[in-house]
Amino acid sequence: MATNVEARLRVPTTAKKGDVIDIKSLISHPMNSGFVKDASGKTIPRDIINTFTCSFNGQQVFAMKLEPAISANPFISFPVKVQESGTFDFQWVDDNGQVYKDSAKITVS
Amino acid sequence: MRARLLATPAAVAFGFAVAFGIAPLVRSLTQGDLAKYTAGEAKSGYVYATAQTRAMEDDEFQNPGSLWVDKGKALWNSVDGTAGKSCASCHNAAETSMKGVGASYPKYDAKIGRVVDIEERINFERERMGATPWKWESEPLLAMTVYVKAQSHGMSVAVATDGPAHATWEQGKAFYEARRGQLDMACAQCHVQNNDRKLRSETLSQGQINGFPTYRLDWQAVGSAQRRFRGCNEQVRAEPLPYGSPQYVALELYLASRGNGLPVETPAVRK
Repeated sequence: MATNVEARLRVPTTAKKGDVIDIKSLISHPMNSGFVKDASGKTIPRDIINTFTCSFNGQQVFAMKLEPAISANPFISFPVKVQESGTFDFQWVDDNGQVYKDSAKITVS
Repeated sequence: MRARLLATPAAVAFGFAVAFGIAPLVRSLTQGDLAKYTAGEAKSGYVYATAQTRAMEDDEFQNPGSLWVDKGKALWNSVDGTAGKSCASCHNAAETSMKGVGASYPKYDAKIGRVVDIEERINFERERMGATPWKWESEPLLAMTVYVKAQSHGMSVAVATDGPAHATWEQGKAFYEARRGQLDMACAQCHVQNNDRKLRSETLSQGQINGFPTYRLDWQAVGSAQRRFRGCNEQVRAEPLPYGSPQYVALELYLASRGNGLPVETPAVRK
C-alpha cells in the first residue's frame, strides 16, 4: 500500500473569462507495475494510480486512465477553458482503492 | 458545459508524456547553460542530460524531487525526540539558517572529530534531540538531506580539502583511482580518462555529485550519492560497501571537491 502520498497542484488563482489555463498536477506514488520482484524474489503486487479525474464545479472536465507503464510520481498537465469562478476538484484512485483528493479555487473576472 | 477539455488528442499526448517523462517543452543546451553548469574543467551531469530530463529539472513544479523538498520541510518543523524539539526550534527557518550549508559538505566536523556528510550530520543532530537516528537511504533522511541541500540551490559547491579534511580527501582520491571488482576498473578510468566518450549507447559523464541527492529516473525516486556509488561498484562487479562507510564518505568529499565551483542542483533530475 502506498504511504505518505502527497499531491501537488498548480492552478492559477485568477483568470479572465474564456481564458485557457494550464493545470499541472504531481502526486507521489510508487506506481508498482506488478512486474517487479523484491529482494526475496516475491512479486510486488500491482499498485498504480489507475484513474485521474478533474471536475470543475461538479462537472468533469478531464479524466485519464493510467496504465502500468507509467512511471512513479506521475505528472499530469492539461489545458482547460474557464468561463466562471469556481473550484477544481482532483481525484486520484489507486489499485488498492485508496482515493487521494485535492482541490483548487479560481476567480474568473 | 462551462469548462471543457480543449482537445481530446491532448489527453493522448499527455499520456505519453507521463509514460516517458517527456516534458511538453524541450529546448537545446544554450551557451548560458554551459556557462552556468560548468566550472573550469568540471561539467555538471546537467550538461550530459537529455533536453527532456533538463526540462524536468528546470521546472520546479514538474521536478519530482520537489516532493522530497516538501517532505523535508514538514520534517524540519515537526517535533521529535525526548528533548521535545524540532529542527526549527533551534535553527528557525531553513531558508536562512541552512543557506550555503549544503554547498560545503562533506566537511570536517570538530564536534564529531572526522569528515562527515550531510546525512551523518543530520543524524548527529537527531541524537542530540533525543530522537532515533534515521536509517541510511530511508525516506525521512533523504527528504531532510534534500531539504537542507536545496537551500543552497544555485550556489557554488565549495568544499574544503585542506586542513583536517586533507587526509580524508587523499583517501577518497585513492579510492577513486584504485582498480576494483572483477572488471578491474577504477572510477577514474571512465569519469576522468574517458568522459564525453561513449560506453555503448551512453555518454560517460564526469560523475559529478553537485546534484545529489538526485531524482533518478532509473530509480523513480530520490537517492543519495552513496546509492550511486554502490551502483557504480556493482557495475564493475565489485562488492558495494555499506552505506556510511568511511571510504564512501571520503569518496563523497573527493567527488564534491572535483566539482568545486559547479552550482548545487539538488534536487537534480538524472536519467
